[in-house]
Amino acid sequence: MRRPDLIRFARDAAAGNPLRTFLLVLAMAIGVGAVVVLTALGDGARRYVLDEFSSIGSNLVIVLPGRSQTGGFNPANAITSTPRDLTIDDAQALLRASAVHRAAPLAVGTSEISHAGRLREVTVAGTTAEFIEVRRLSLAQGRFLSPGDWRRAAPEAVIGAKIRDEMFGQQPALGQLVRVGDRRVRIVGVLAASGQGLGMNTDELVLVPVALAQTMFNSNTLFRILVEATSREAIEPASAQVGEIIRLRHEGEQDVTIITQDAVLATFDRVLGTLTLAVAGIAAISLAVAGILVMNVMLVSVTQRTSEVGLLKALGASDATIRNAFLCEAAILSVAGALLGFLVGHAGAALIRLFYPAFPAYPPDWAVLAALATALATGTLFGVLPARRAARLDAVLALSRR
Amino acid sequence: MNTAQIELTGIEKLFRLGDSTVLALRDIDLCVAAGEYIAVMGPSGSGKSTLLHILGLLDRPDSGSYHLEGRDVTTLSAVEQARVRSERIGFVFQSFHLVPRLTAAENIALPMILAGIAPAQRAQRVARALRDYGLDNRADHRPDQLSGGQRQRVAIARATIMEPAVILADEPTGNLDRATGEEVMRLLESLNERGVTLIVVTHDGVLGSRARRQLLIEDGMLRADRRRPAEPCAGPT
Repeated sequence: MRRPDLIRFARDAAAGNPLRTFLLVLAMAIGVGAVVVLTALGDGARRYVLDEFSSIGSNLVIVLPGRSQTGGFNPANAITSTPRDLTIDDAQALLRASAVHRAAPLAVGTSEISHAGRLREVTVAGTTAEFIEVRRLSLAQGRFLSPGDWRRAAPEAVIGAKIRDEMFGQQPALGQLVRVGDRRVRIVGVLAASGQGLGMNTDELVLVPVALAQTMFNSNTLFRILVEATSREAIEPASAQVGEIIRLRHEGEQDVTIITQDAVLATFDRVLGTLTLAVAGIAAISLAVAGILVMNVMLVSVTQRTSEVGLLKALGASDATIRNAFLCEAAILSVAGALLGFLVGHAGAALIRLFYPAFPAYPPDWAVLAALATALATGTLFGVLPARRAARLDAVLALSRR
Repeated sequence: MNTAQIELTGIEKLFRLGDSTVLALRDIDLCVAAGEYIAVMGPSGSGKSTLLHILGLLDRPDSGSYHLEGRDVTTLSAVEQARVRSERIGFVFQSFHLVPRLTAAENIALPMILAGIAPAQRAQRVARALRDYGLDNRADHRPDQLSGGQRQRVAIARATIMEPAVILADEPTGNLDRATGEEVMRLLESLNERGVTLIVVTHDGVLGSRARRQLLIEDGMLRADRRRPAEPCAGPT
């Protein structure tokens, strides 16, 4: 039997029972579609988190006050458990490190902003002119905090895009005097709307000089120090140098935690990559189920077409020809199901992206290929048994069946 | 000098029904020359269909030998037997056995598709067969849109499309009314007149008497072998 004839024969046989074919294709499509959509979700979550983390800056080393304990209880910790505060001086000292390009202190608290009778609760971040560079933010209007002495509490503020909209509406915001907590400050700039930013939404942030924030909150500690290394390769040395400088300044005690962005990114990448894989595995179970369904349906098909098999044998078909015809039919059904599932899955992922634009729900290529390959393999594999059963039918008995 | 086309010697076939074994065919010796017209008759269950299946290589005898055109076909592999069925033997069944989802033309083409004949040649031969069997305007009809006589004509066209040497017909008129049956028999006989060996299994005495040679089978044994005109048959080689 020629190959095109074999394929046409199998196709016609599949088309001969539309309901059976439809159900089988549907089962396969659901399996493949589930893999595509679920991996799109998993991989989308991974990309979302990575994007969020990348958006807070690049080559970043973050210094947090306090030591995160990983070891057991240490009697020394019982005596000196209170970590020393991070101060502006600490932040300034970090600039001396060779691998450090920039550093920006960050003091955070909540306060109220009011202007012309409108009042709103906001997160106030005290920082310096370097912050905009370290965090890779951009301005929509005006300028950022003025550079210069970090200890100078200039009465100026830069506000997020959402704060601007809510406080001023259509009115110009630049140059306006507003009250933040108990201070009157002048708005010198507005940040461009960014939409996302892990933990802290810059659209709802009010940025003031760090010295001003510290007097406002009556404290001289810092929430974080953001350090930008000179290059990607310098992240590790920068982290070591920063640790050493802080240790020397804190009477030889390592009482800060230093996080590098790369390490965090790698961890998230690994964790969420594993999650995607696990989700894909769960979805693949539905493919195995679809494969078993292929077998079941093909077995029924063989039973229903027993007399046809007998006839084909009488007309000179060899066992191999009959086996190939049934295998080909199973493969065609699997391909059709896989392609339909591929389309359905991509449509589902597109729908998710439509409703959640910030969520990059794109199925990874490996998952799509694996799903298609698995669908084909299971469909054909589970087609082997029915095909062999058909080929082994006794011609005389098969012909006597009506 | 006419050599034997079909030569059966000592053919036996056993069927096992539970504990007991039934001898469906016992010690059949038969010699058929090319172009003969034979009716195999006998009551139902006598083993005449089994004989036909063995002649058509659908069934293997438990003992004895079967030479087709000088070749011992009982010892052939399944693949080789399939090839012999494809090229040398045409079947016509009582219940037509058309593939319901295929059109008349596709049903006729089926043996050629299985044999791997090129589509162009297939189309040519199917067109000629449709013309020969008066099915020109039924080519695209599916079996359920055809009358009984038309269905059997399609089945005969299918049986002859590979130009076999032997046509085996199992009660070809069993599902047809008398007039249509007569028409189908004339069609089969015209094929025989062109040199094809025709072996018809029937329990209808009138139908059987049309053949030049009648075999009577009872209880798996060849009871009688009558010929109208004497036809020579070469002895065992």
